Amino acid sequence: MTTFEDLKSLAAGVADGALVALAPDYSWVPMALVRALIRRGVKDLQMLAVPIGGMAADLLIGAGAVSTLEAAAVSLGEAGPAPRFTVAVQSGALTMRDTTCPAIHTALQASEKGVPFMPLGGLIGSDLVAHRADWKVVDDPFAEGGDKGEGEGGGPIVLLPAIKPDVALFHSPKADKYGNVWIGRRRELMTMAHASARTLVTVEAIEDRDFLADEDTAAGTLAALYVTAIAEAKNGAWPLGLTGHYDRDADHIRAYAAEAKTEDGFRAYLDREVLGPS
Amino acid sequence: MNEAAYSQEELLIAVLARRLRGMGHIAVGALSPIPGSAALLAQAQEVAGEMRVSIIHGDANNPFTDGGRELFDCAGQGRIDAFFLGGAQIDGGANINLLGVGDYPDLKKRFPGSFGSAYVYFVIPNIILFAPEHSKRVLVNKVDFISAPGTSDAGVHRPGGPKALVTGKCVMAFDADKKRFTLESVHPGVSVDEVKGATGFDFDVDDDVPETPAPTADELNRLRAEIAPNIAKTYPDFAKRVFG
Repeated sequence: MTTFEDLKSLAAGVADGALVALAPDYSWVPMALVRALIRRGVKDLQMLAVPIGGMAADLLIGAGAVSTLEAAAVSLGEAGPAPRFTVAVQSGALTMRDTTCPAIHTALQASEKGVPFMPLGGLIGSDLVAHRADWKVVDDPFAEGGDKGEGEGGGPIVLLPAIKPDVALFHSPKADKYGNVWIGRRRELMTMAHASARTLVTVEAIEDRDFLADEDTAAGTLAALYVTAIAEAKNGAWPLGLTGHYDRDADHIRAYAAEAKTEDGFRAYLDREVLGPS
Repeated sequence: MNEAAYSQEELLIAVLARRLRGMGHIAVGALSPIPGSAALLAQAQEVAGEMRVSIIHGDANNPFTDGGRELFDCAGQGRIDAFFLGGAQIDGGANINLLGVGDYPDLKKRFPGSFGSAYVYFVIPNIILFAPEHSKRVLVNKVDFISAPGTSDAGVHRPGGPKALVTGKCVMAFDADKKRFTLESVHPGVSVDEVKGATGFDFDVDDDVPETPAPTADELNRLRAEIAPNIAKTYPDFAKRVFG
């Protein structure tokens, strides 16, 4: 059953070395939980960005909590490059598993279905394929002798192994008292949760109702079946935004992007905004 | 500002918009204010309802409700006709590099990463490469890392690929059979020699290279009156800087 906990206890539920899935900055990132993870000194995380990383990845990397990162890209969006990510990759401190957006979506869909791999079009000839020993290129097994439509089938195709995160983390405006969580149109969170062994969610509020009993909310709801634990965290996505509730704090993110360019600046940010009084 | 005056951004928006005429569905990726404005301008110039524009950055003009994968699934089915890609490096074979400079994985300079380029470049038929900075730093002889290749062998299923490159100085058309760009026009005030001097790869040049037409009064009016408030929903800072 889904348990209701506090932020600290939720953070304790992410083991060192875990494969952790996080969505992009626009998709309800649990920044309060990320800060709680850094406070608890989490380390050796294998991060999976679904499919691109931003502020959360940069903070965790800067704090020394991440050993490998699989992502299609990492950036702070309008605020520019992710400074700690850039430094960590260039210095070799962070091992990158470079990929492309749909490859991550597809590999998570394989886990959703419980199959060992999924095919994906495109990609052939990209240097990404050359550097991913875990991807396989095969000839389309259905091409031979089939009566394909014009332009369909044939040729090489990439097979991607399923990605099964140990834990998916996200923030949401609301959960109900049964542990169902509202995700609205942010359905990459649905895929992430379906594919992951455990899902930990922070919410703005827990409501005394049943989202699944109401047709207007049911389709935008991640059922408690997939939700391991929930904690309340007001403004839990800040400084990122939460659709319909608050916009991203662009000034704060820009200031972070500038301050975190140096190791000393990043340490000052960490002391002030993360490790200090929360 | 007199009536004929326009900014570099407005010129590029108009140039990109002209390449989108008649397309049914244009998608625009994240962090692409100029392509996004161009798609909305092209849409405003079509008969209402004839052109869809899907902007994958925030919720304004974004029809996708099935998560991050829907753009790619939609493109893979052939439901998207045009898309824009950039590159920290682009070479004469239209190979693009969004990942970094140097010998991967020991990069001298790391960029954000390949995003969805390794897929959409294969499946969307009209990819327009957009490089506002036209320099030898960006337009290189050979990319250091192929995020997505410009062309593929005959056996590779590839309904999509690059059609044109629009830069801050010119427009080039891409021929996938020849694997080469041809200079199509130079922007007002730019010479062919200047383009050659700022480009790190070989390309074809006809005897007579026309000037890229400046934005028309109609384009500028629509852009400032109709498009500016719409793109501001997605890119408020950009809209304020460019359109006031």
